[in-house]
Amino acid sequence: MPHALAIATTFSDLWNPNGLWIVLTACATNCACALVGCYLVLRRMSLMGDALSHAVLPGLAVAFIFSGAYDIGPLMIGAVAAGLLSTFLIQTLHQYARVPSDASMGVVFTGLFALGVVLIKKGIPPGVHFDMACVYQGTLDYTPLYTVELLGREVPRAFAITGGVFLLNVAVVSALWKELKLSAFDPALATTMGFSATLLHYLLMALVAVTAVASFEAVGSILVVAMLIIPPATAHLLADRLASMMFISLLVAIAAAILGYILSTVFDTNIAGMITVAAAGLFGLAVLFAPQHGVVSALARNLGVSLRVVREDLLAMLYRVEELGSPRRLAAAEAQAAVGGGWLARLSLSNLLRDGRIARSGDRLDLTPAGREAARQLVRSHRLWETYLVKNLGLPLDHVHEPAHRIEHFIGDDIREQLQQELDATATDPHGREIPE
Amino acid sequence: MPSSIALEIHDMTVAYHRRPVLWDVDLQVPEGKLVGVIGPNGAGKTTLIKAVLGLVPLASGKVEIYGQPYQDQRHLVGYVPQRESVDWDFPVTVRDVVLMGTYGRLGWFRRPRRPERELAEACLEQVGMASFARRQIRQLSGGQQQRVFLARALAEQAQVYFLDEPFAGVDAATESAIVDLLQSMRSAGKTVFVVHHDLQTVREYFDWVILLNMRLVACGAVGDTFTPENMQKTYGGRLTILDEAAEAMRNREPVR
Repeated sequence: MPHALAIATTFSDLWNPNGLWIVLTACATNCACALVGCYLVLRRMSLMGDALSHAVLPGLAVAFIFSGAYDIGPLMIGAVAAGLLSTFLIQTLHQYARVPSDASMGVVFTGLFALGVVLIKKGIPPGVHFDMACVYQGTLDYTPLYTVELLGREVPRAFAITGGVFLLNVAVVSALWKELKLSAFDPALATTMGFSATLLHYLLMALVAVTAVASFEAVGSILVVAMLIIPPATAHLLADRLASMMFISLLVAIAAAILGYILSTVFDTNIAGMITVAAAGLFGLAVLFAPQHGVVSALARNLGVSLRVVREDLLAMLYRVEELGSPRRLAAAEAQAAVGGGWLARLSLSNLLRDGRIARSGDRLDLTPAGREAARQLVRSHRLWETYLVKNLGLPLDHVHEPAHRIEHFIGDDIREQLQQELDATATDPHGREIPE
Repeated sequence: MPSSIALEIHDMTVAYHRRPVLWDVDLQVPEGKLVGVIGPNGAGKTTLIKAVLGLVPLASGKVEIYGQPYQDQRHLVGYVPQRESVDWDFPVTVRDVVLMGTYGRLGWFRRPRRPERELAEACLEQVGMASFARRQIRQLSGGQQQRVFLARALAEQAQVYFLDEPFAGVDAATESAIVDLLQSMRSAGKTVFVVHHDLQTVREYFDWVILLNMRLVACGAVGDTFTPENMQKTYGGRLTILDEAAEAMRNREPVR
């Protein structure tokens, strides 16, 4: 049983310091990304994260060439400069050169990325280590090897950096909570109130650039882009307030880190890749099971409506049979067949029997007083609507039953009352049948 | 002495990509008026409002609110953008949106507190939406969305309001509720500018009109200004000379 063995090793790994640091670093990275990513998703600029994380490369290269060392300070400055420059170029191309906004984003980020590649190839002296592959995949596995001293403890360098950026993001988001919220929701109003939407946009883009660069080393650009978008997009499906959206996106980010780490150990593969897969999986679950917009809950809601319609059709049918005054009463099988048959009809009938709106004597069905009252309202809606269609819309007699049959399930007291007033005191429908009170 | 001219626009020209869309607008509106901004599609009604609020740059001219530039008078001005200009899927509740009206007076970094929340609550009450306070905004109908926007404007506690098509896509009941609200704002001494489309209701709703069609046709009290001759000028087609001159400015050379 190799898998059980692998899982057992995983859990012992999780408890060893190296594994723990890897997971903690991934959590810090993911959370830093998720926090700023919420604004990107809400402002419909998700791909700006992708663009910026590529466009900062020339900034990194220049910083690296000038400082001659792999030092976080100059790299951050280079990244912010490149991030702001690309934001400016994207906006300017769009505004003044009339390049469509998606095209201007595409041109700027691929162009700057290519420039960065050239700078690295030509500008960095041979022998100096600058590994392009690391930029894509990251080196999460080696995180525990490079440490710095922080508050008297040895901690991995990558954790110190990404943790610091996470705290920076938390600080900026909480200090400018209302400003960022307003400018994301209604930039025009924000600007007229004196909170320049442009200024806040640049601030956010600078934050995205810093976050992306801090995360590169640990997790690589693929995971950065994924974590900027996937946890916030997942949370957007589940939350109906900004604060809860951010909170959920942090939970998703952490869950993806832990889950991804476990999976990568089980399948012995790249950690950053597996974390992304885990995040995508969580997103998929949200798409299926989100309470309001989820596929499953939508199906459940549709099923609920279909059942109600069939139940109401059954009641109305029994009412009409009663109304004819004939002693003959419907059998269960006949009634079910008349409303379309199948399991929907069976389930609806058993619901009605259980609720006591229909009573069964032998094989014959009868309305109970409660069922009769419900049916009367339905038939009333139906006939009022038919009358309305003929009188006010001038539809011919033979065209009104079908529409009334469809709409009777959705007419409540309110509309019934309005119809009643509109048609004042009509006692019979266009077919000459009595409209029940 | 404070000026009683709520809005003064002096020789204002607005251009997009060098092409003028509003020419040499020059007008004054005294305070306490309910003002309809009227004109055909593409006449520059929304542009006029955006230019006054500093959302689009002026090619020339100036705008004054109560005798001072807009930048110094932000706290006196309330704005209701078109309903479709925001994302109604945004994760905020009705109360959150109305609270946004108080942000301007709070300024940078200060959070809304109890007085602001109570104000928001009162404004929701005023538009009859108090029972919706905790709803997520995507669950609202068009009319309800517009009421929420109005409540947010009330929470701005401004003196001069600019409303961009508040009647677009709302039901009859909401429209009359909004009109009542606007009229009570006017009674309270506010000046309210409303971009409006339905010519039938102009006389009934407004006491002042601004007639626009790329240039100012007329501005004044409804009785003197909303006349058949002026309406003919406003809706009688675009002025081809203005169009051609605008095109020439865009191309930076005279039309031959």
